[in-house]
Amino acid sequence: MEYTSHTDQSRREMLAAIGVRSLDELFKAIPADVRQKTPLRLPDGLSQSEVDSLLESLAGQNAAAPDVISFLGGGIYNHHVPAAVDAVSFRSEFYTAYTPYQPEVAQGTLQATYEFQSMIRRLTGMEVAQASLYDVGSALAEAALVAIAQTGRRKLIIAGTLNPRFRSVLDTYLSAQNTAIDVAIGSDGRTDFAKLSALTDDQTAAVIMPSPNYFGSLERWDEGANVAHRHGALFITVFYPISLGLIKPPGDCGADIAVGEGQSLGNPPSFGGPLLGLFAIKKEFIRRLPGRLIGRSVDALGQTAYVMTLQTREQHIRREKATSNICTAQALLATRAAIYMSLLGKQGIAQLARTCSDRAHYLASRIAGLKGYSIPFGASFFNEFVVEAPVAARVVLDQLRRRGIIGGIELGGRFPGFDRRLLVSVTERHAPAMLDRLVEELRSAASGTATDTSTKSASYSGRDMTASERR
Amino acid sequence: MDLKLGKTIFDISHENTIGVMPPAPGVAASDKSWQIPAEFLRESAIDWPEVSEPEVVRHYIQLSTLNHHIDKDTYPLGSCTMKYNPKINDRAASLPGFVGLHPETPDADCQGALQLMWELAQDLAEITGMDDVRLQPSAGAQGEMVGLLIARAYHRQRGENRRTVIIPDSSHGTNPASVTLSGFEPVPIKSNADGLVDPDVLASVLNETTACIMLTNPNTLGLFEREIKRIVDMAHAKGALVYNDGANTNALLGLARAGDMGFDVLHLNLHKTFSTPHGGGGPGAAAVGVKKHLIPFLPGPAIVRSETNGIVQFKRQSPDPLSIGSVHTFFGNFGVLVRAYTYIRSLGAPGLKRVAEDSILNANYLRTLIKDAYDIPHAGPCMHEFVASASRQKKNGVRGGQIAKRLLDFGVHPPTVYFPLIVPEALMIEPTETESKERIDAYAAALLAIAKEVETNPDFVNAAPHTTRVRKIDEARAARDLDVG
Repeated sequence: MEYTSHTDQSRREMLAAIGVRSLDELFKAIPADVRQKTPLRLPDGLSQSEVDSLLESLAGQNAAAPDVISFLGGGIYNHHVPAAVDAVSFRSEFYTAYTPYQPEVAQGTLQATYEFQSMIRRLTGMEVAQASLYDVGSALAEAALVAIAQTGRRKLIIAGTLNPRFRSVLDTYLSAQNTAIDVAIGSDGRTDFAKLSALTDDQTAAVIMPSPNYFGSLERWDEGANVAHRHGALFITVFYPISLGLIKPPGDCGADIAVGEGQSLGNPPSFGGPLLGLFAIKKEFIRRLPGRLIGRSVDALGQTAYVMTLQTREQHIRREKATSNICTAQALLATRAAIYMSLLGKQGIAQLARTCSDRAHYLASRIAGLKGYSIPFGASFFNEFVVEAPVAARVVLDQLRRRGIIGGIELGGRFPGFDRRLLVSVTERHAPAMLDRLVEELRSAASGTATDTSTKSASYSGRDMTASERR
Repeated sequence: MDLKLGKTIFDISHENTIGVMPPAPGVAASDKSWQIPAEFLRESAIDWPEVSEPEVVRHYIQLSTLNHHIDKDTYPLGSCTMKYNPKINDRAASLPGFVGLHPETPDADCQGALQLMWELAQDLAEITGMDDVRLQPSAGAQGEMVGLLIARAYHRQRGENRRTVIIPDSSHGTNPASVTLSGFEPVPIKSNADGLVDPDVLASVLNETTACIMLTNPNTLGLFEREIKRIVDMAHAKGALVYNDGANTNALLGLARAGDMGFDVLHLNLHKTFSTPHGGGGPGAAAVGVKKHLIPFLPGPAIVRSETNGIVQFKRQSPDPLSIGSVHTFFGNFGVLVRAYTYIRSLGAPGLKRVAEDSILNANYLRTLIKDAYDIPHAGPCMHEFVASASRQKKNGVRGGQIAKRLLDFGVHPPTVYFPLIVPEALMIEPTETESKERIDAYAAALLAIAKEVETNPDFVNAAPHTTRVRKIDEARAARDLDVG
């Protein structure tokens, strides 16, 4: 397939108009010693029908919702995307426009983004939200850089309960002069506040704290803010937007900057990208804001109109002195999020948060009642929690997979001593019957492994206990 | 009834209206010991708008009609590669097996996605002549940062503390910003009268503190750096790396490869060259390619292929200990990678070469059509884009930005204006290969008509746009009386 409108005839006419005899004459600026002499070694081009088949075949080799029952979370959640989000955002007018450099013909994108900013501000309880960053990882990194620039300090105190994937992006962005110190995880799956207080000092640029944290536990943001502010550091929170339908928002807990992953606001998991970095901040730091910001103004006729504003912070104006190098961000996902938030509205988001939370608590309480299983952390959670299995989590997950279920994220690889633990997340996509099904499969996974794998390993200490309890 | 401008979604909110209601919990309430304590709960509901689905849809559909977009007409923003994007790409990226796939899915359950990423990286290595490619950066600017962090890590590992990065004065704004973000100092160099890097000027600033030279080839003037091999040799002789900002790769497909020119590291804007709709400002995606000596420093997981007893398997492999780390929460903008893969599979090698050829043909054709009416400071032929100047028009009191505004009245999108900075009143034009001869003729006719108007009625041009739903916007007021939602 080719996507050109030219014919050999039109090409000839154009070459004649230019005054050259062949295309090759146009490429003469490319020195002969770097001209490609042989065709690229690529598979032959395909017809559209063949391309469709190829991609369908590749897509078909993935175990994706809704074909499997999945309890995977860890920052990306399978929430329902209302039909109207796709229908409206797939409009070419939104889908195929560029960054709104000519605002007179980009009011659709600009106003939708302005409304997005407004809804994120309201969601987070912060004073200003910007137009989008790549993802939560880079949004967190940008937040840390704002704190470092604002305070002139170079030390970050980071809750050890932060999603390790967010943490690794942050590390990449920090320069060698910065130090990042992790605060140990307490026995309840939350930040150890005694250690946090001891580590935070007058060299600290920011304290970074997620809630819900990686284990799903709710952190005490207001106490974190107190510790940070006592030492003149900024307090950066990492939030999960759906949880804020129920949970006290960052702005009410003393956050200076709030970042989050906006995928769950009307965007599918899509193997982890594209995502939507959310970034909200106190107004006093607005000059340090990274990325685009859309403002309201008027046009020559006095009509309301929207435009990119405070652009002197940005790379295309300020070059090496810009607050960030970001240019292309995630505008389409922000537009989708605006449509999503409008569709749910004030009552829908409250109901959604309630449903996710209630179903998660129902599931946790049932799993806690299963022989051999426990919910090891006592802290409150929203829609995600850690389950301790009687055997290695890998064994349970393999058993579940054979029954068409992806049971959650195995924690052992990332957290030493967590070999029997898995992270389970629940959304409104998990009907109550699916939760009951998981409980039953977990029950049989534990009992099944007691016999199936008895000769494989003696290290699964929980297994014998389960077996004996069953007797 | 037409949209009333300025009416926001909040203005059409009515109490107790719901667009889409999520399901009720439908489970027995948990024991009190499981409930979230009041101290964690929000005290008041989120003041999001309350609007019915029909009214939400109408609100955003009406807003959408105020946008110009590539599916409607020409959008020749220089260095942005606003080509028509095949619809098959979007269908592929929307397949349930891709959009529904969770990134924490174990390797065995996402073989199709991993195979796609592995093949795409292989193809991009072949297209660019680099030895290995990773797909993690979210957009071009992040790709630049990755390339520079690789340069930093490379020099550090050799025990050298090189602090500076040389950038031509014609570079994109993201280049100097990325240099600073990556912990380097930018050293700008002046382009010569031909709009190219001057090897003698380069020699005067190139030394043992130089970590990297960052070039865009073809450059932002749409010109191929003829001395590229000499420049690369000069850099390597001083121990510096050479980086290619691949924003303009559309011009090179099948014609020349950055790897063969000697570049050590590059990024590609997959959403430009390899065709993803721009979405009003993203998502994009970038690939980063390197030569052998830089492979250990690459970011993110590598996708590796293995074959045992005839069974092919793909898996994500943790990066090398020397890696610069991760720049994305997961593996990059997968949905954009699907589109790039679909595009490459559709076109094949001859189709990709045709893209470069037609993009160069179109740029030269448009350049020829307008060259008598507008100054074009640099000699042709150009590559995929060219930079004209409105200096002549400025003498009549009309600046380049106003010519852009007047173009809006013709139903097309203006070029990039006032960039690159080294051309006064710059109009940077990249038609792309997907524009037909008739569209280019029409675009040229509009530019020629405006050039005439500038001579006969400059005030009319300065008052443009005249026909758009929204007229010229007071940008100063937006910054002064800040209202950002």
